[in-house]
Amino acid sequence: MNVMVPVKRVVDYNVRVRIKAAAVDLANIKMSMNPFDEIAVEEAVRLKEKGKADEVVVVSVGPRDCIETLRTALAMGADRGILVACDGAIEPLAVAKLLKAVCDTEKPGLVLAGKQAIDDDCGQTGPMLAALNGWAQATRARSLEIDGTSARIERETDRGTESLTLRLPAVVTTDLRLNEPRYISLPNKMKARQKPIAETTAAELGVDITPRLTVLDVAEPAPRAAGIKVKSVGELFDRLHAAGAL
Amino acid sequence: MTSLVVAEHDNRILADATARTITAARALGQPVEVLVAGHGCQAVADAAAGLDGVDTVLLCDDPLYAHPLAEPFAALILSLAERWDAVLAPATSHGKAVLPRVAALLDVPQISEITKVLAPDTFERPVYAGSVMATVKAPAGKLAITVRPTAFAAAGAAPAPAPILSLPAGPDPGLSAFAGETLSQAAGPELTSSKVVVAGGRGLGTADNFQLLAHIAGRLNAAVGASRAAVDAGFAANDCQIGQTGKVVAPELYIALGISGALQHLCGIKDAKTIVAINKDDEAPIFQVADLGLVADLFQVLPEIDAELARRGYN
Ligand SMILES: Cc1cc2nc3c(=O)[nH]c(=O)nc-3n(C[C@H](O)[C@H](O)[C@H](O)COP(=O)(O)OP(=O)(O)OC[C@H]3O[C@@H](n4cnc5c(N)ncnc54)[C@H](O)[C@@H]3O)c2cc1C
Ligand SMILES: Nc1ncnc2c1ncn2[C@@H]1O[C@H](COP(=O)(O)O)[C@@H](O)[C@H]1O
Repeated sequence: MNVMVPVKRVVDYNVRVRIKAAAVDLANIKMSMNPFDEIAVEEAVRLKEKGKADEVVVVSVGPRDCIETLRTALAMGADRGILVACDGAIEPLAVAKLLKAVCDTEKPGLVLAGKQAIDDDCGQTGPMLAALNGWAQATRARSLEIDGTSARIERETDRGTESLTLRLPAVVTTDLRLNEPRYISLPNKMKARQKPIAETTAAELGVDITPRLTVLDVAEPAPRAAGIKVKSVGELFDRLHAAGAL
Repeated sequence: MTSLVVAEHDNRILADATARTITAARALGQPVEVLVAGHGCQAVADAAAGLDGVDTVLLCDDPLYAHPLAEPFAALILSLAERWDAVLAPATSHGKAVLPRVAALLDVPQISEITKVLAPDTFERPVYAGSVMATVKAPAGKLAITVRPTAFAAAGAAPAPAPILSLPAGPDPGLSAFAGETLSQAAGPELTSSKVVVAGGRGLGTADNFQLLAHIAGRLNAAVGASRAAVDAGFAANDCQIGQTGKVVAPELYIALGISGALQHLCGIKDAKTIVAINKDDEAPIFQVADLGLVADLFQVLPEIDAELARRGYN
């Protein structure tokens, strides 16, 4: 069984983006692999190490800079990469269609995606891909076991955790508690340079990626007004009472 | 045509998130139908029928919906697509799993976690962990929307209940099966709708301190929240996590203990009316958003808070 992991290049989670000239200012900003995708790559590589997967293929949709993101995944232990080159904003539905086209040729037994990209905060691509493929899905996985033709997933829900059995192939999206991604060693970084990265385009895959939504405006939310410091627990509760907050 | 709201429930109780999603749906200006799919869930349908602004409740009571599996729920909503122009689900673990499937199969974009309806086709939603608010306009055609419940008021009681229409079950895709669940034992009010939330972070240091925090929350009839670090450390259950990738809360009072105030956490509390922060580091970013801050060591202050509340009669 092959495992496919879509990896998105996003603004690093430590960066606070700003608005400049009515747009999100992305000039000279640190970019990284979406943290949830790192967790997905880690899980896929662990499946391979456990003998549950034969090959780990990582796919990124975006500008040529995404090759760097693919290389990071290859350094973590993925076997080969695919870049679907495109410029400009791309919506989850279009990404899902592109990934569907890649699935049609790659025929993975499992797609491990992130539960959400931390830039658009959409959380759509995984379930959309599952639907387009007619596959089962489990979002927010905190544990994953492959057993022949099925997968047993524990997922985080609003009420606790839930176990699901999925028929494979399926799409599983990762949550924070699934694993802790490994540290990349220098030798593995070097090795990753030799691993193959294929390139394709939306046109080659026959997918129309024209955005459907129009972004009319982006703005920074109003900051909260500054507060005050209190000296003691007693003063804290006095003030809360006086303000009617308790 | 109508707006279809996917009800969130556990077959017994209709979640507050549904009443809030109905308010968002009303803003689209179409009649509102609420889909209650579940098993043995008549009481949920009755509750939905009693909410103001609901025109019809569609009840689909079948073992297929006993557990909220994404594939059969999406298939059911798709089978009803002739009925609706817009489908809205609360941005819960279930709604977020189901709706993208529906959108993809209808070939429409989804609009995730809206916080405002500016026009029937134009919405506000946070991106970049709430550092940016985007205004997006949907194309003509069907709409698929998840709604951030805390951003909308809950629909109140209707003067007269709406009619309930029973529907047969939709197709069974047979792709996945429910294999059990562990509900976290959170006592007290539900986190996302509680008026008071007491939340702890890594700074609590030990699970015992987190227990003391939970005890204090109990005195205040507050829900217990946590930062990611506190959940990762095993102090609190995953469903207590507040923030970008956890729950969003908007209580009257939010008390953060030993939480530094990372961007990913703050976006989950920005609509709290009053924020209290207690942290031993007076430079902690949480103080930049706190209305009341106390610089102190929690190991000392937690028992003090407990005693103070006891003295003030919070039992
Ligand atoms: C993809 C991604 C998603 C994330 N999603 C979320 C999310 O949804 N929610 C979330 O919360 N985080 C999230 N995070 C994590 C976030 O970036 C922070 O790491 C996290 O919020 C830190 O938690 P904390 O404040 O408890 O811990 P820390 O940042 O370690 O802060 C602990 C605080 O406790 C204080 N402290 C220590 N000891 C004491 C003491 N004895 N008395 C008083 N104060 C003390 C310290 O001064 C410090 O300010 C996410 C991160 C990533 C990468
Ligand atoms: N441009 C992209 N390239 C590769 N993978 C992507 C891309 N966009 C989204 N994904 C995958 O889909 C997940 C969810 O993204 P989103 O639906 O945008 O929140 C991410 O964590 C990735 O695994």
